[in-house]
Amino acid sequence: MNNMIITLNGEKKEVHDGISITGLLEFLKIQHQRVAVELNMEVVRKDKFDVTAIHEGDSLEVVSFMAGGVDRGPELTIQGSR
Amino acid sequence: MTDDRLIIAGIEFQSRLWVGTGKYKDFAETKKAIEVSGTDVVTVSVRRVNIIDKSKENLLDYIDPKKYKILPNTAGCYTAKDAIRTAMLAAEAGITKLVKLEVIGDDRTLFPDNEATLEAARVLVKEGLIVLPYTSDDPIMAKKLVDIGCPAVMPLAAPIGSGLGIRNPYNIRIIMETAKVPIIVDAGVGTASDVALAMELGCDAVLLNTAIAGAKDPIAMAEAMKYGVLGGRLAYKAGRIPKKLYATASSPLEGMIGN
Repeated sequence: MNNMIITLNGEKKEVHDGISITGLLEFLKIQHQRVAVELNMEVVRKDKFDVTAIHEGDSLEVVSFMAGGVDRGPELTIQGSR
Repeated sequence: MTDDRLIIAGIEFQSRLWVGTGKYKDFAETKKAIEVSGTDVVTVSVRRVNIIDKSKENLLDYIDPKKYKILPNTAGCYTAKDAIRTAMLAAEAGITKLVKLEVIGDDRTLFPDNEATLEAARVLVKEGLIVLPYTSDDPIMAKKLVDIGCPAVMPLAAPIGSGLGIRNPYNIRIIMETAKVPIIVDAGVGTASDVALAMELGCDAVLLNTAIAGAKDPIAMAEAMKYGVLGGRLAYKAGRIPKKLYATASSPLEGMIGN
């Protein structure tokens, strides 16, 4: 099986040519249930993971729920202390 | 207070205190603070899965989506396009159709870009998401968001993480009167009296993160916030006395000695 280069979460990654999204998640040992996937800027529905093939040069985003939001604090302390 | 339920888009919320999950020391502290706060709504961000280091623990191992309503946010998005992408991904993750829409306009104030927020909200409502938008304390903006189908609006009290409390209670009052949907004060509260004030004004809920996570003792502050919300809500329902310039005696004047 030939390999190809894709962009995964902003990084170049070498994977099997024509691998499905399900195959990719298994290869990466990522649990399907809690992730969402975008292929070339389009959200892929979970029920299409099995049948959606990835091709050379494709760009994927694999995201999940993480803590928080914005992590910048205020620069100026007006009241109270840390 | 048994029949004082908050319902948004058919979803019943048990708690009027909603909390974020950022800035805690670790997941154990996050979990404890959330438990102590008595909330049933926690906000989470949508971020890239760490491909390299999969050993990292996942927040959802600590926060059970069966026990808590997960409210994904679009924090960190600076354009309508990014916010739409993020919200659509959040919805496809399959836990909820709720999204807290944030489109930030400036990284120093973290004030929302209202124009972009409205644009993104319009698209996401059409896509069937339940869009709860973070907005400035602007009654006109709140009305526009409601008109395009947002079932609640989330005006800021003050800049995110600032702890300044409600800077413009009069605007919040006007928003409540004109928007006619649940109003959730989001961002900028610092301590229990700030959330009590929000509830006394008649707001339906308060969402906060830094005020708990950044406190010297986050667990104790989580408990303080719980009672701040409860006290403020009860006071609002009870109906406070009007403010007057002069005294009104509490004791009767009849029967005083020496008369």
